[in-house]
Amino acid sequence: MIRLPLVLLFSAFLFSAGVYGVLARKNAIMVLMAIELMLNAVNVNLVAFSAWLGDLDGQVFALFVIAVAAAEVGIGLAIVILLFRTRESINVDEVNLLKW
Amino acid sequence: MVAALFSEGPVSEAVQIAPNWFVTHAWIVVLLPVISAVLTFFFGKRTPGRGAVYGIVMVGAAFLFSLAVLWHFIKGGALYAPEGIEWFTIGTLKLEIGMLVDGLTAIMLVVVTSVSLCVHVYSLGYMDGDSRFTWFYVVLSLFTAAMLTVIISNNLIQLLVGWEIMGVCSYLLIGHWWEEKENSNAAIKAFITTRIGDVPFMFGIIALIAVTGFTTTNIREIGEIIGLGVVSPLFVSMAAILLFGGTVGKSAQFPLHVWLPDAMAGPTPVSALIHAATMVAAGVYLIGRMFEVFVHAEAWVLTTVSIIAAITALGAALLAVVQNDIKRVLAYSTLSQLAYMIAGLSMGPEGVTAGFFHLFTHAFFKALLFLGAGSLIHAVHSNNMSDMGGLRKKMPITFWTMLFGSLALAGIFPLAGFWSKDELLVVANHTAHTWLFVVFLLTAVITAFYTARMVLLTFFGEYKGHAHPHESPPSMTAPLIFLAICTAGAGLLGAPQLNAVFGQWVFFEEIHEAVFVPWIAVLSTVGAVLGLLAGYALYKDRKAEDPLKGPLGPVWTTLENRYYIDAFYMRAIVYPVRDTWSAGVYWFNQNVLDAVVNGAAGLAKGLGAAVMWFDRNVIDGIVNGSGRTAGKTGNALKYLQTGNVQWYAVGLFVGVLALTIVFIRIV
Amino acid sequence: MSAQEYAFCVLAVVGCLSAVAVVSARNVVHAALYLVVTLLSVSGVYLLLGAEFVAWVQVLIYVGAIVILFLFGLMLTKAPIGRDTLDNQQRWLGVVVGAGVFAGLAFLIQDAFPVQDAEAFRTFSGDTAAIGGAIFSDFVLPFEAVSFLLLAALIGAIVLARKDDA
Repeated sequence: MIRLPLVLLFSAFLFSAGVYGVLARKNAIMVLMAIELMLNAVNVNLVAFSAWLGDLDGQVFALFVIAVAAAEVGIGLAIVILLFRTRESINVDEVNLLKW
Repeated sequence: MVAALFSEGPVSEAVQIAPNWFVTHAWIVVLLPVISAVLTFFFGKRTPGRGAVYGIVMVGAAFLFSLAVLWHFIKGGALYAPEGIEWFTIGTLKLEIGMLVDGLTAIMLVVVTSVSLCVHVYSLGYMDGDSRFTWFYVVLSLFTAAMLTVIISNNLIQLLVGWEIMGVCSYLLIGHWWEEKENSNAAIKAFITTRIGDVPFMFGIIALIAVTGFTTTNIREIGEIIGLGVVSPLFVSMAAILLFGGTVGKSAQFPLHVWLPDAMAGPTPVSALIHAATMVAAGVYLIGRMFEVFVHAEAWVLTTVSIIAAITALGAALLAVVQNDIKRVLAYSTLSQLAYMIAGLSMGPEGVTAGFFHLFTHAFFKALLFLGAGSLIHAVHSNNMSDMGGLRKKMPITFWTMLFGSLALAGIFPLAGFWSKDELLVVANHTAHTWLFVVFLLTAVITAFYTARMVLLTFFGEYKGHAHPHESPPSMTAPLIFLAICTAGAGLLGAPQLNAVFGQWVFFEEIHEAVFVPWIAVLSTVGAVLGLLAGYALYKDRKAEDPLKGPLGPVWTTLENRYYIDAFYMRAIVYPVRDTWSAGVYWFNQNVLDAVVNGAAGLAKGLGAAVMWFDRNVIDGIVNGSGRTAGKTGNALKYLQTGNVQWYAVGLFVGVLALTIVFIRIV
Repeated sequence: MSAQEYAFCVLAVVGCLSAVAVVSARNVVHAALYLVVTLLSVSGVYLLLGAEFVAWVQVLIYVGAIVILFLFGLMLTKAPIGRDTLDNQQRWLGVVVGAGVFAGLAFLIQDAFPVQDAEAFRTFSGDTAAIGGAIFSDFVLPFEAVSFLLLAALIGAIVLARKDDA
């Protein structure tokens, strides 16, 4: 069977990639995708522990995370479309009205 | 022995006559003029006749009342000295309000009320049309009340109160026409000069109160204590001489005589009342009232009094010779006659009767002369005798009454002045005051001389003026006639041939028999006639220039300048005080005192400025500084606010990492 | 290393590579497609771990719905193409932070579950019925809450994205 740390490392890598994506991508939708990566990493973690402990709670939680992620993406994209409508661009760099 | 002081009555009288109602209520005499003053003040303007009626009625009533009081003494009654009402007490000193009614009081009451009544009636005519007519009557009544207070008072403080009120009324009345600077100056001069005399007077009062151990101010009690002889003669002498200071001021003796001639700036009725008959007589009255003190003083006190009186008598008489203003003549004459009275008193107990007898007669004829002069002035609208002349045909009543008065002044038998002067001479001879005798005689001659001069210059010759003189209205001539009758009759009261009843009313310690010394009478008459003849000779023809002016030369100039005493006072006292001292004090006030105040203010300002600097720069600096610091910090920190979400995310993750490290490694 | 572990390693490598590709692809659509690969590999991992239901839900929802949404979004917003246009200024900072995060996590994992001592999983077989039972009994409240959340998200998305009738 699989050793737990490997799965966790996989999860960590996915998470780091997601972090990089959140910080480095200009397109808002790219950022959202990176966020999905991070969420998936979390899910992997949850499921890994659930399997390792033999407890179903982790999987249930993972399901809820997936549901929430779906809702979040819906809203996020609605916002992005709205942003695109007002600015003709979804470049995150340009959304800096709160700049001093 | 105590009972013998202020003797209870004529020794021969076996029956003690009880004081009648008027005597026991003699204080009403004082109250009546007060009522008239108040009524005139409040209702005078609205009353028809502008309020003169109150004064005339009340003073008239007071006069009748005084006659009733005198009646008690005419019958031979004894003095009446009830307990006073306690006013207030300071420690052991008891101040009271009370009255002392003896013969002297009764005589003075009659004199004051009668002359005051005459003046009140006279002023109806004289002050007719004056803008301050009502106020004039208010002050007249007030003055009368004050003088009556002095006369009737049984203690020194009440006397002093009346004394001072008289001074104020004198000031108000002299300055009645204060629009002329001259008049207000004269009023101030009168007030201040009498004030200078009042200072030793007050010290004298304090000394006498000290004699009683500060328990009472009652005159009789003071007299008792001094009479016991327990007080050192030196102390008594000091008290006496201090009291005399008040007399010198009030009765215008040398050296404080300077105010009386100038006081003639007031209306003539005022001069008649205050400066002839009453206020100036108050000084004489004081000596008489406090005679116990003078008698127990050392001899030099009375000698000093005599000397000053003698100087005044002669000096004033000489000054009267050179005056052109008729009122000035009469003023100096008053000075001279007052000196007579005081000199009389200074001769001792015998002189008391003589002195007051002269006061009694002098009041009538001097008031008569003044009112007559007022009548003349009213007719020719000028005070100067050079503007008068030949008025005897045009103003007959005035002429005859003034002639009466003048002859009385000169001392011609049988008018009042003769009797009183004669008595003074008798006493002087009797008490061996020979030099006073000579002075009296000499002064009598000079008096007769200037009297003749006055009469001749005013009534004889030709009238060369521009006014249309006519006889004065009845309101002015009636008093003249009344006073003329009094002049004629008053002297008889003291005539030795007629029992000299006056001496039974006014005496000190015991009645002295008035004696008639023929050679003295002859001598005085001869002297008077000589003076009159000399005057007649020189002045029967009116010349442009006074006939004495040439021969006397420098003497005339000195006399005209009043021995330069006034000038001396101005230069020695008034100018230094007004110009140097006042200026000095003013400089001190402006530069030193104000400098202190301004300095304090400057200090406060400086302190304020310093505090303001501190507040602005330090405290506000802190406040503003903290604001500025916050701003600068914000300004620096704002660069963190990039508006870039990913930048924030970086921060987030870095933070989490840091915390992780912290929690793993450190915690 | 057992067979599952091998399979897992393969899937993991594929997933990692495609994850890197997601965040560094020049073409956004390519990035989306690489995301699909990643998601599928993750799903595979779930299967290997014995979570069948979760793996299937992952495919259904993530791959089937969310990625489609992304693609729609990309279409509607005319996503640009090109490296410079896709990465912003702080790329290198992002690398650092990402590396830091990975380092930190790896360290933590190593600390908690050292690789050398790791035991293999016990045999585990996922029971969908049990999951269903657990959801509707122990976790019914979160379930209802999530349904509420989905409703809110639905309404919110509509409200946000509709055109205003001016």
